[in-house]
Amino acid sequence: MKSRINVSNAVVALVVLGLTLLPVYSALSGNIFILTLFTRIVIFALAAASLNLIMGYGGMMSFGHAAYLGIGGYAVGILAFEGIGSGFIQWPVALLASALYALVIGALSLRTRGVYFIMITLAFAQMAYYIASGMSRYGGDDGLTIYKRSNFGGLIDLSNRVQFYYLCLGCLFGGIYLIWRIINSRFGMVVQGIRSNEQRMQAIGYHANRYRLVCFVISGTICGLAGALLANNTDFVSPAGMYWTRSGELMVMVVFGGMGSLFGPVIGTIAFLLLEELLSQFTEYWALIMGPLLLLIVLFARGGIMGLLGRFGRG
Amino acid sequence: MLVLVEQSLNGLQFGLLLFLLAAGLTLVFGIMDFVNLAHGSLYMMGAYFAATFVAWTNSFVLGILLALGATLLLGIALEFIALRHLYGRDHLDQVLATFGLILFFNDAVRLIWGPAGLSLPLPAWLTVPVQIVPGVSYPAYRLSIIAVALAVAALLYLVVMRTRVGMLIRAGASNREMIGALGINIKLLFTLVFGLGAALAGLAGLMQAPILTVQIGMGENILILAFVIIVIGGIGSIRGAFLAAIFVGMIDTLGRAFLPDLLRMALSSSAASTAAPALSSMLIYLLMAIVLVVRPEGLFPAAKR
Repeated sequence: MKSRINVSNAVVALVVLGLTLLPVYSALSGNIFILTLFTRIVIFALAAASLNLIMGYGGMMSFGHAAYLGIGGYAVGILAFEGIGSGFIQWPVALLASALYALVIGALSLRTRGVYFIMITLAFAQMAYYIASGMSRYGGDDGLTIYKRSNFGGLIDLSNRVQFYYLCLGCLFGGIYLIWRIINSRFGMVVQGIRSNEQRMQAIGYHANRYRLVCFVISGTICGLAGALLANNTDFVSPAGMYWTRSGELMVMVVFGGMGSLFGPVIGTIAFLLLEELLSQFTEYWALIMGPLLLLIVLFARGGIMGLLGRFGRG
Repeated sequence: MLVLVEQSLNGLQFGLLLFLLAAGLTLVFGIMDFVNLAHGSLYMMGAYFAATFVAWTNSFVLGILLALGATLLLGIALEFIALRHLYGRDHLDQVLATFGLILFFNDAVRLIWGPAGLSLPLPAWLTVPVQIVPGVSYPAYRLSIIAVALAVAALLYLVVMRTRVGMLIRAGASNREMIGALGINIKLLFTLVFGLGAALAGLAGLMQAPILTVQIGMGENILILAFVIIVIGGIGSIRGAFLAAIFVGMIDTLGRAFLPDLLRMALSSSAASTAAPALSSMLIYLLMAIVLVVRPEGLFPAAKR
């Protein structure tokens, strides 16, 4: 049994504590910007965590996760546009729509492996992108402005910054708890077993693709929730947010933090978006630094930040 | 009928252009097993180099040749500095590293050339319309794209299938260690193959430059098209890339031209005009999805290794 107190666990505990107390800091220091920034970070962390479930534990490299962000967002946006403002309807529809999309896409994509899988998930996400661009009633290329955030009958006020932040944080922690329960369940063990040796699992009698598909659908559904949150955060959905480079960014966040580690995507997202924010304050050309940095991380820091922390802890 | 001929030529021209891009990608992908998302950036750099060098030298041909050389050198430098350390790594690592390069190149271009796009004017002798059949004239420049791309395709086929270098390339694809053990400098060979791929991307970019605006991110959309082509054609198969490229070019162009009319026959005209643009953009992705579902290895997979 490994010791439970090591550097990476300490960092995770600090991050969790920091995220929880952030609104207090923001209120005390009067720094509202940091709360806005971290609301965005927390939402993307949820999306990254959902991608990590299939990428890190399932070995499925989905290059189309931005589609779920868009579908979840458009579900909220379109219902709001049509006059249905209740979150009790909007959010279940967002989850259901992402789950359905993931079910269809997963069933088709899982017939392929490796690069072909990366490319077919990408192709399906691009299709979703073009469908969104073609919906002229809902803004087409220009996107759709959401004039009223989801209404939860007075239980939570989404336009209150602090309440909305805690809602997002609750979704993130809930999502991570769910993922933790999944990967430690019998089902999760089978999925991880399939990642390491598909033939062996098949031979034992597991229907590998069924397990993979269920995992794929769960991941897409969680990402759809992040999409609903994101739409409420920006009060806007557009096809641009579904473009393939957004899927690439999500992958980067996961790998930045550490693929296949429970909190890796959260730390990766914080690192990526904070770095982007810092660099863009320092120079307009932030990607000029971010790009090569990414290359260096891939070349020299396998296992991402969590991997580095783990190595540091072992001394 | 004349419209059909003209649109078919447009489709052929677009398909051949895509082939240049896809051929470079499949050389690198199929032979070195390296997923290079930055291939689209090399396409963009080819276009920027061409716009710059043509303006500097005041000569279209000289500028184009310089741009081609510059993209070749850039590709070799890129391989030498960064990418050669990524061979044999996970595809995901390669996707991420080259995604980083896309970010880098987009901002580098913005820093050097500014955010506004450039344009590459054609010399007078390429702007004349040429009569191909009585009643149908077609721009000379687009015809010259077709000619150049066909020539490059033939040359590539000859080099890969009929020369010693081509033999080494194919041998290196099936067994890297063996060819190294025979005393061949495999590192140099791979650098050259990568450079060739980069030059092909650059060539596609600079030939497209006079038709479109030269702008940041121009490689991203078309890169995905190139990937679609090699996945449809079968990874590593140049013949597959050629056929799939022409197929995709035709379907894309003809879909955009005629789908609205076809839909109008089945749907109300307002529904048709809403659905047509989205559907025609989706057409090739739909095609790829169908191909992968029916034949997960692509239509013309390279011989089994």
